[in-house]
Amino acid sequence: MSALERGLFFRLIERARRRSAWLFHFNAGSCNGCDIELVACLTPRYDVEQLGIRLEGSPRHADVLCVSGPVTRTTRAALETIYSQLPGPKVVVAIGSCPATCNVFAGSPVIDGPLDRIIPVDIYVPGCPPRPHSIIAGIARAIDLLAGRRSTVVEAGR
Amino acid sequence: MNPLRSLLALLVFPGLLYALPMGWLMLGMERKLRARFQGRIGPPLSQPFYDVVKLLAKWPVPRVVADRGLLIGLPLLAVGSMMGALTLIPVFAGESGFPGDLILLVGLLEMPALCMILAGYASRSIYGEVGATREAIVSIASNVPVLAALVALATAAKSMHLSEIAVAAPWTVRIPALLAIVFCLPVKLRLNPFSLANAEQELLAGPLTEFDGPLLALWELAHALEWVALTGFVATLLFPTRSGLWFVDALVFVLLSLVQVPLLTLLASATARLKIAQATRLLWRWGSAIAAVALAAALLVRHGGH
Repeated sequence: MSALERGLFFRLIERARRRSAWLFHFNAGSCNGCDIELVACLTPRYDVEQLGIRLEGSPRHADVLCVSGPVTRTTRAALETIYSQLPGPKVVVAIGSCPATCNVFAGSPVIDGPLDRIIPVDIYVPGCPPRPHSIIAGIARAIDLLAGRRSTVVEAGR
Repeated sequence: MNPLRSLLALLVFPGLLYALPMGWLMLGMERKLRARFQGRIGPPLSQPFYDVVKLLAKWPVPRVVADRGLLIGLPLLAVGSMMGALTLIPVFAGESGFPGDLILLVGLLEMPALCMILAGYASRSIYGEVGATREAIVSIASNVPVLAALVALATAAKSMHLSEIAVAAPWTVRIPALLAIVFCLPVKLRLNPFSLANAEQELLAGPLTEFDGPLLALWELAHALEWVALTGFVATLLFPTRSGLWFVDALVFVLLSLVQVPLLTLLASATARLKIAQATRLLWRWGSAIAAVALAAALLVRHGGH
């Protein structure tokens, strides 16, 4: 991107991205099962804030977009808006089986999913719902991708 | 005011070189301690530093419906006024300042809240507007006790000079005035019982909902400096004698500032967010009552002496 992102500066930025990933959680018609498991990651038992991860209220503050649900027709426009509002570098994590395959909702006329037909997805976390461990593992993989993103060109070309 | 000394105050202590790491340390302590109070391990102390670096390195998405100049200018103004406020805080003995610097300090300390209110409206977002309204209502309510307490201190010390007030105000006035100011500290720092404006999850992110990347980093910086300036201001009032040895005074100032962080965090983790009517009622009723005691004591001290 710029000279700022090379050498020592880039190492510092990469480190900072690794240590401070802020999540935005989008419910695209999920049954709330995955949402509860995602919130469980913030509780004292799993405590993702150790990794600098924070659940943010605004998509403009976030680095990681976590989507649960099979993307219903009514949530699609909001999902596209929110994806475009996340400042880059950004990664998308599909939480649960619904955004990956539409799960039991496959073939329904009110479903526009799966998620990767609408926005690019980086990490899939399988499960119905996935355990908090696997969600944390998926987000950690997503953060690795995030730290390596170097240019807006790559981002746009994905 | 000695220009070299003011430049040192602006750039070194208690200005930029001290306030930046100190602000990050205070924010880091706040997050770590809050996590510990909730039975979690929590982020490392360096977390706020990495947050700011990460935000600075983001690629912002331009917001077309809002005035770009305002969105950039307001956080810059907030950071700048906090730097000015830090420069004015009287830490050392014989610090000259200038007559009336109390008024300037009050104005500068109020700037971040004002900038945030304007930013909430300027960002043209419904969440920003609701957050800005709340911030405006709560900050008016908290300013009544704070300003009354400062008037009481100035009256009792017969001076509008910060360094003289810090040393000369008698304890009969100082204690109620300090109580009123400390009562309003969580409001100014938007901490939990009074975290109405930035109510996370409830209002997305309040006035800052539409800020991203470097501009959000500036707001985080302003918030860190706000911690240092407000706790520093209370610290100077807590400690009326200046030893004259610069390192002793500086150490006492730093320790008294740091001591307030766990106490504020404990209050924030022990309480839930108040409703706007409850918060304003609490501030108008009890905050003003304490400040009225301070004012009465100041009038007694001033006129009893003659």
